Amino acid sequence: MKTSISDIIDRYGNDPSRLMDILLDIQEEIGYIPEEINQKIADQLGISKAELVETISFYHFFSNKPLGKYHVYLNNSVTAEMMGREKVKQTFEEEAGIKFGNVSGDGLIGLYDTSCIGMCDQEPAAIINGVIFKDLTPFRIKEMVKYMRQGMPVNEMCRQNYGDGNNSSDLVQAVVSNNIRLKGTVVWDQYSPGEGLQKAIAMKPAEVIEEIKKSNLRGRGGAGFPTGLKWEFCTKAMETERYIFCNADEGEPGTFKDRVILTELPRLVFEGMAIAAYAVGAKSGVLYIRYEYKYLRKHLENALEELRKENLLGKDIAGRKGFDFDIRIQYGAGAYVCGEESALIESAEGKRGEPRDRPPFPVDKGYKEKPTIVNNVETLAKVTKIMKKGSEWFLSLGTKESAGTKLMSISGDCRYPGVYEIEWGHSIYDILEMVGAEEVQAVQVGGPSGTLIGPNQLPRHLGYEDLGTGGALIIFHESRDLLKEVVMNYTEFFIEESCGSCSTCRNIPVLLKDKLQKILDGHGVVQDIDDLLDWSKPLKISRCGLGHTAANPIVTSIQNFRHLYEKRVLRDREFETGFNLADSVRESCEAAGRPANI
Amino acid sequence: MSAKINFIIDGQQCQSEEGKFLVDAAKDNGVYIPTLCNYEGLKPKGSCRICTVKINGRFTTACTSPVHDGMNIENNTAELNEMRKQIIELLFVSGNHFCPACEKSGDCELQALAYRYKMMAPRFPFAFPQKEIDASHPKIIKEQNRCILCKRCIRGIKDEDGKSYFAYQYRGKDSLVVVDRKLAAEMTMEKAQEAMDICPVGSIIVREKGWEIPIGERKYDNAPIGSDIENK
Repeated sequence: MKTSISDIIDRYGNDPSRLMDILLDIQEEIGYIPEEINQKIADQLGISKAELVETISFYHFFSNKPLGKYHVYLNNSVTAEMMGREKVKQTFEEEAGIKFGNVSGDGLIGLYDTSCIGMCDQEPAAIINGVIFKDLTPFRIKEMVKYMRQGMPVNEMCRQNYGDGNNSSDLVQAVVSNNIRLKGTVVWDQYSPGEGLQKAIAMKPAEVIEEIKKSNLRGRGGAGFPTGLKWEFCTKAMETERYIFCNADEGEPGTFKDRVILTELPRLVFEGMAIAAYAVGAKSGVLYIRYEYKYLRKHLENALEELRKENLLGKDIAGRKGFDFDIRIQYGAGAYVCGEESALIESAEGKRGEPRDRPPFPVDKGYKEKPTIVNNVETLAKVTKIMKKGSEWFLSLGTKESAGTKLMSISGDCRYPGVYEIEWGHSIYDILEMVGAEEVQAVQVGGPSGTLIGPNQLPRHLGYEDLGTGGALIIFHESRDLLKEVVMNYTEFFIEESCGSCSTCRNIPVLLKDKLQKILDGHGVVQDIDDLLDWSKPLKISRCGLGHTAANPIVTSIQNFRHLYEKRVLRDREFETGFNLADSVRESCEAAGRPANI
Repeated sequence: MSAKINFIIDGQQCQSEEGKFLVDAAKDNGVYIPTLCNYEGLKPKGSCRICTVKINGRFTTACTSPVHDGMNIENNTAELNEMRKQIIELLFVSGNHFCPACEKSGDCELQALAYRYKMMAPRFPFAFPQKEIDASHPKIIKEQNRCILCKRCIRGIKDEDGKSYFAYQYRGKDSLVVVDRKLAAEMTMEKAQEAMDICPVGSIIVREKGWEIPIGERKYDNAPIGSDIENK
């Protein structure tokens, strides 16, 4: 071991609020977080061991057991399944001789499922020892497992060219593709660092907020809260120690546009943070980014370093006396719910990523109980451009209610998956034509937490007044089995990602899944469809958006595709337990190791 | 002392101090809002969701919401009561709650709420999960079959340094309240009793101790939960 555990904890000043970094570093150093050292870590941080385990056990990528010399995290999102994940998974299992969720006997290979890794336009994809592999095929898996047995370093296994743009820069070196299909006029327009910030500091902070308010910019993460208003609330908080957070925890399956922005234009985003800091008087900022994007770390650190050199971060920024602001990068460790702003703050404080009750809102009491603004990557990128070109220009784009553009992450059954920057107001129909989608059965707008719409709703348009979205659009061809391939996968996703705090979100999706399975197995009755709707109701009194939307896949698919459910249920009876005597006998005979005589 | 403000619950005019949590403000006005994870003196957590009311038309937990002047609150409505009943049923089917054999029967808030909301058979199928009884600590038994994950013990039972004896482990459906082995080894009898009392159900049991009050004479045996507030 190069660095001792106590050195790692020392590095962060024995501060329990930096627990995420401490655990990430320990895992990096040892490969996992052995149970035997938990007491030692807890003692040095002055917390109980049980409290430490609270955090460790919450995050998907922390492990208390060795993960295998090569640990494979294979994405299990809907698009991965559509692009052939099952065959890839089977080949991994056959070649490695183990089932997913296990490590091979010699400790060489560990196979794990993982929720969407933000590569839906290049699936099936996996993260192996932190390195992204995309477009996987059984052929590639056989090759790679062979290389693993030969002990080849992971980065040498990439037998593809590095991706386009900065993906092939020295600091990234990833096979990931940007797939930027349409460069819009806001994010992808000419960018010269510092222009937006210079304009901002020529104004009074209150004028900056006014300009953002006038631009009608709304949060691009999905919730659509007016950005200027959020900033204004923050300035009204009593405390003057304030924080700017950039939410780069892009975890909604089917969303990957923030990854592309951070790959190509990290400085545009950081500059947006600095503008926000100037507007509300914040001194520190945090980029909270998902663990899946760890391969971007050096690249992002470098962008920060460049900005410091150019005096666009640091002390007396851009020559303005007293305007001090700097940014640190906080990695997560695998938890979709951390994309919720208060959960994100909890996580950045070293705790479980459980959403907080509101009020108080983060703008009043956020990070370390201080007023905190949390804005999405794309929102902050747009802030910089709005400062540069003015709110009038921004308002001239999009619709009356939805100003500007939206970056869309488009995947699924279409010819050109990737990132499109489009003005608000286009119909889904037009978008489908542009991306080369034909014979469309359904479109998932906004990821699992969004809405599943059918062909009769394709004339609807994107915009907060009709279909608001964080930017995911997943397209399903006529040949897909929506209930089995899509609704079930999404429901399982919500079960996996619930933080477990609310009684509703912890329990209801599990019941819904079982009920859906009953229908898929051919044991459902009409009452089961109505039960799905009725049982979903208490989810809307959960604490956060994850809970509120956990039944959306089921509820919106019943609303728009009820016939698919009705086709599968038994019409000749009102009650059916789902119990099958022959199956049960077969199962128990198998367990007892004797042939089933039925 | 803060100024008095006016608010309305189900059409009834109420008065309270500005900023008091709604559950307590309602209580002062003789209105019962059911709670389960809430506990007097602890920071509210809003995890059971049973105290959900509608404030000016929006669902909010009453235990975490400060009351303000002019609030219009719905509490005792068919919609809310139905969801409360569903939550109680959820908690029953997701654990293994066998009231007749439980040390806390009659003192159990989950059981009392089930009576109050007239739960007969839960609409949801029983999960009958495999749970363990952690009897490895000298003073307490943690009976996981009965735990409803309300986090009262986590928030309320701490040592003199502020370290928690209890903690939340894993996430989602696998969530579990666990005991810190090192701290529990030094737990006093008083602390153990405090932990048992703070638990709304029978998930924390003091070892080697019978019960003082017989079944039939316990807290909720003769009057429904909440009636003390309503009859004030």
